[in-house]
Amino acid sequence: MQKKFSSDRYDPQGTARDDVSRRHFIKGVVACGTVAGAAGLMTGCSGDGDGGSAPAGSAERLISINVNGMSRNVDVMPNETLSHTLRNKLGLTGTKLGCDRGSCGACTVMVDGTTVNSCSILTHTVRSANVVTVEGVGGANGELHPVQTAMIEELAPQCGYCTPGQVVSGVALLQRNPNPSREEVRQALAGNLCRCGAYNNYVSAIVKAAGSA
Amino acid sequence: MSDEYLIGKEMNLVGKDFVPQDVQPKVMGTGKYAEDFKKEGMCYMKMLLCPMPSANVTNLDASEALAMPGVIGILTADDVPPTDEPGYPMLTMKPRQLGMPICAIAAETEAIACEALERINVTYEPQPFVLDPLESLYPGGPNALESGNVTGGGPDNAPIHTAKWDARVFAEAGEDRLPMGDAPVEWSVGDVDAAFEEAALVIDEPFVTASSSHAALEPRSTLAYWENGKCFIHGSSQSQSWMMPGLARMMQVSLDDIVYIAEYCGGGFGAKASPYPIQGMTAYMAQKINRPVMIRVTRAEEYHLGGTRPGFQGQVKLGFDANGKMTAADLYIVQSGGPNRGSGDYSSAAGALALVYTPTHMRFRGAAVVTNKPWHVSQRGPGQNQLATVVEPLMDRAAKELGIDRLAIRDLNSPEADVVFSNRNSTVTSMYLKEAYNLGAEKFNWEEKKALSGQRNGSKVIGIGVGSAYHSAGSNGFDGLISIRPDGKLYVHSGVGNLGTYSYAGTCRAAAEVLGVAWENTVVLRGDSRHGLPWTLAQFGSNSAFTNTRTNFVAAVKMREMLKSLAAQELGGEAGDYEVANEAVTNTSDASLTMSLADAATKAIELGGEWDGHEYPDNLNDVTKSAMQHVQGLGIVAAAKDELFKEGSAAGMAASFCMIELDTDTGKYEILEMNNIADCGTVLHPQGLQQQLRGGAVMGIGEAVLDRMIYDPQNGLCATVGLYQTKPPSILDIPSVIETDAVNQPDPQNPFGVKGIGEPAMGSAAAALLSAISDATGTYFNRTPVDPDMIINALAGRDQSFTPLQVNV
Repeated sequence: MQKKFSSDRYDPQGTARDDVSRRHFIKGVVACGTVAGAAGLMTGCSGDGDGGSAPAGSAERLISINVNGMSRNVDVMPNETLSHTLRNKLGLTGTKLGCDRGSCGACTVMVDGTTVNSCSILTHTVRSANVVTVEGVGGANGELHPVQTAMIEELAPQCGYCTPGQVVSGVALLQRNPNPSREEVRQALAGNLCRCGAYNNYVSAIVKAAGSA
Repeated sequence: MSDEYLIGKEMNLVGKDFVPQDVQPKVMGTGKYAEDFKKEGMCYMKMLLCPMPSANVTNLDASEALAMPGVIGILTADDVPPTDEPGYPMLTMKPRQLGMPICAIAAETEAIACEALERINVTYEPQPFVLDPLESLYPGGPNALESGNVTGGGPDNAPIHTAKWDARVFAEAGEDRLPMGDAPVEWSVGDVDAAFEEAALVIDEPFVTASSSHAALEPRSTLAYWENGKCFIHGSSQSQSWMMPGLARMMQVSLDDIVYIAEYCGGGFGAKASPYPIQGMTAYMAQKINRPVMIRVTRAEEYHLGGTRPGFQGQVKLGFDANGKMTAADLYIVQSGGPNRGSGDYSSAAGALALVYTPTHMRFRGAAVVTNKPWHVSQRGPGQNQLATVVEPLMDRAAKELGIDRLAIRDLNSPEADVVFSNRNSTVTSMYLKEAYNLGAEKFNWEEKKALSGQRNGSKVIGIGVGSAYHSAGSNGFDGLISIRPDGKLYVHSGVGNLGTYSYAGTCRAAAEVLGVAWENTVVLRGDSRHGLPWTLAQFGSNSAFTNTRTNFVAAVKMREMLKSLAAQELGGEAGDYEVANEAVTNTSDASLTMSLADAATKAIELGGEWDGHEYPDNLNDVTKSAMQHVQGLGIVAAAKDELFKEGSAAGMAASFCMIELDTDTGKYEILEMNNIADCGTVLHPQGLQQQLRGGAVMGIGEAVLDRMIYDPQNGLCATVGLYQTKPPSILDIPSVIETDAVNQPDPQNPFGVKGIGEPAMGSAAAALLSAISDATGTYFNRTPVDPDMIINALAGRDQSFTPLQVNV
């Protein structure tokens, strides 16, 4: 089952992006045979909190996932979202949750080079994939990615909450299109909401970074 | 103007770009927002929210829930201080809104807490509810609260009272005019009726501005715990020091026992300006179960509890003479609030009309009505920005009917620096709106662009728009606190929150500017009350730039005098013989008599008393006094209250210009160009200003054409639970580049010439876009947001799908 989702979803060329859908996500949850209480869905609760006495049917299982170039062993529940694993189990809190419903893009990460909303995919589906978060886009010795440097220079972030998602979307774009036009950058950032309205500056930064990325 | 002011002098830091310290953590994802913190033993809380618009909870049995493994405790209304209507309760057995919290459960995991909520046995007794203010004002109509339906203007200034209008008022008004019964709030200047008699043109229109969600991207998650009797709160807030007294009151502890940590805030726009109930609820739960408690607020919950801009139903009547001068204005606003004391949007809207268009005669009437809708609170440009969307298109209509240029009519009516406005005879600290129009017209090329108006290309037509907005953008009377420590560095203690405007940092540069300390040797302390942070206003109302350059100015001037006195005391001579320059205090006639800032700090610590913060002026606010315990003994410490002269509104003004291409077949359009021009005094931080002007424009586009809350009026349900419903603008809804500029004329009542801009930058753009849509379609919609359906209906000559004053559509 895991393999099926994996091959359904991730296309290194990014041509099958539509496959990363909420429908798949729900299918994934249902296939796991558990939804932790209808209240969770109604109130938008994804179920935070480590282990503990989880409701029946949601036992954790040790799996290994590759995040930011490192193989990490982690206990995950069958219905656990990737954002939850990253934030609460791997300490990668740079990935933000703005809606937990796949509409804001604050939780954007790369899975095999394709941007996905990590709130809307299940961790167990990325076992054979490479996950890159905002913490992993820079150099091995802590150097900033050119997109990050340019965002500082352009004073792109305002409140900063959407910024990690914008960074990841920008980096992913430059990996597949090293010299994008402003319009191409706009299209690439279309899934990342910024309520502060800093869009122009994010675009400027990514265009600026394109030369040096 | 004090001769110590730096206006007109060369400044090293003010007006220059810099990299604020929190930018790199933001792009790296290492900046910690409330939800990113963890604490040993932390558990999770979820709230039981009322599922109907108004109810009395007659039975609440949580025994089954509490017996579940992993459930730690429950917090009910009995565990928290009661709140009188129209305050917004922390927890209540009489919820007056869908989504109002009734109780909360803490558990080892969120999933368990959610499960436990389902096992609470609750009996609700549904109560009458109302979502439309006019329905509440109708005779026999429901009151949203037991205590009444109208806040403001009641007998003996009661916080809430009941007002019902005669049925005749409604019958006479019909569907096309606002019923205008006795107004709880009313003022007038001059003889408005006579002025309408003499007017060459009278425009009289009903209007609606929809309520809209603030929709900050970070929900208001909170982590709270108690240690050694102190209450620690990691919060999401626009403000820092402003939170302290409210949280202390909420938690019923002293200021010294509140530790507030809010280094980062994922947006607020007014809805996280002041302490809010969830913060108190979390801290009370932590106290009750003696565990750290985290509440992760969801997006759906955020729509119920996270703030909504009050909507307006209104009638505006404007009279003009043949030259286009607005001689009369008569404004009536019925403001739709939530189940809580409303914000003053309607009054602020009237003030904005009085200032921006300077009508010779004016009357304002208003009623702020409570409804069983979500918590309503000020949002960016509360009142002023709604007003801009109402009046600016009508200015276009007046110009068209009188045969005047649309920019010329605005210029004619715009205020000068000596303007006196509203019933309060208010004044301004400075005013350069005309200059902003001129600069914008030049940059946008108004004369050429307006020739394109109406130009068609197939189904597409060009529309040109202009708009402006105002906000009182600065305050006074707050405290500055700075220290110089034995490392020789200047520490600026900032009580300003981190809303994302970077004004917390920009205003700290004021202290370094006065003392001539390099920015590299300046440390900004912020975001955690344990740094010792002085009292200042909330980061709202576009005030921070003006307010906190003043506080840091007075603290820095005091520091300069302290350093000179200390040098004289140690090295001989008079204080007046010394100057502070090059990060040292030096005798002006004998350069060998000099003391480094590091040495001065060490000496001050030795001397103690008034030198190192152990003694301080008594006129400081209690928050600053409480902060002194964290600062005293660390160096030479200067704390001072801003008692500089201030009179009138520090008027932040913005003017926007916009060109769109609208498809008459679909009602969709593209914004081809947008310019947003500021009158914000001297520019403090050019990149920060550009951001505010652009970000304001984006949010303004949302206000004009996208953002709104939706309801199910029949069942009283707030139907908005997701961003896809309220539609904050995406990157594809806005132009690729929004051009910005500023008139850059100093405000004489700020030592550096600075005043604020964040809010008018939104209203101006909203107005300009509406103006452009009206220009392209020849229709004045008298409603926001204007969506493509409305445009299509108008172009096809069809009725809209709602009546002119219908709300919640």
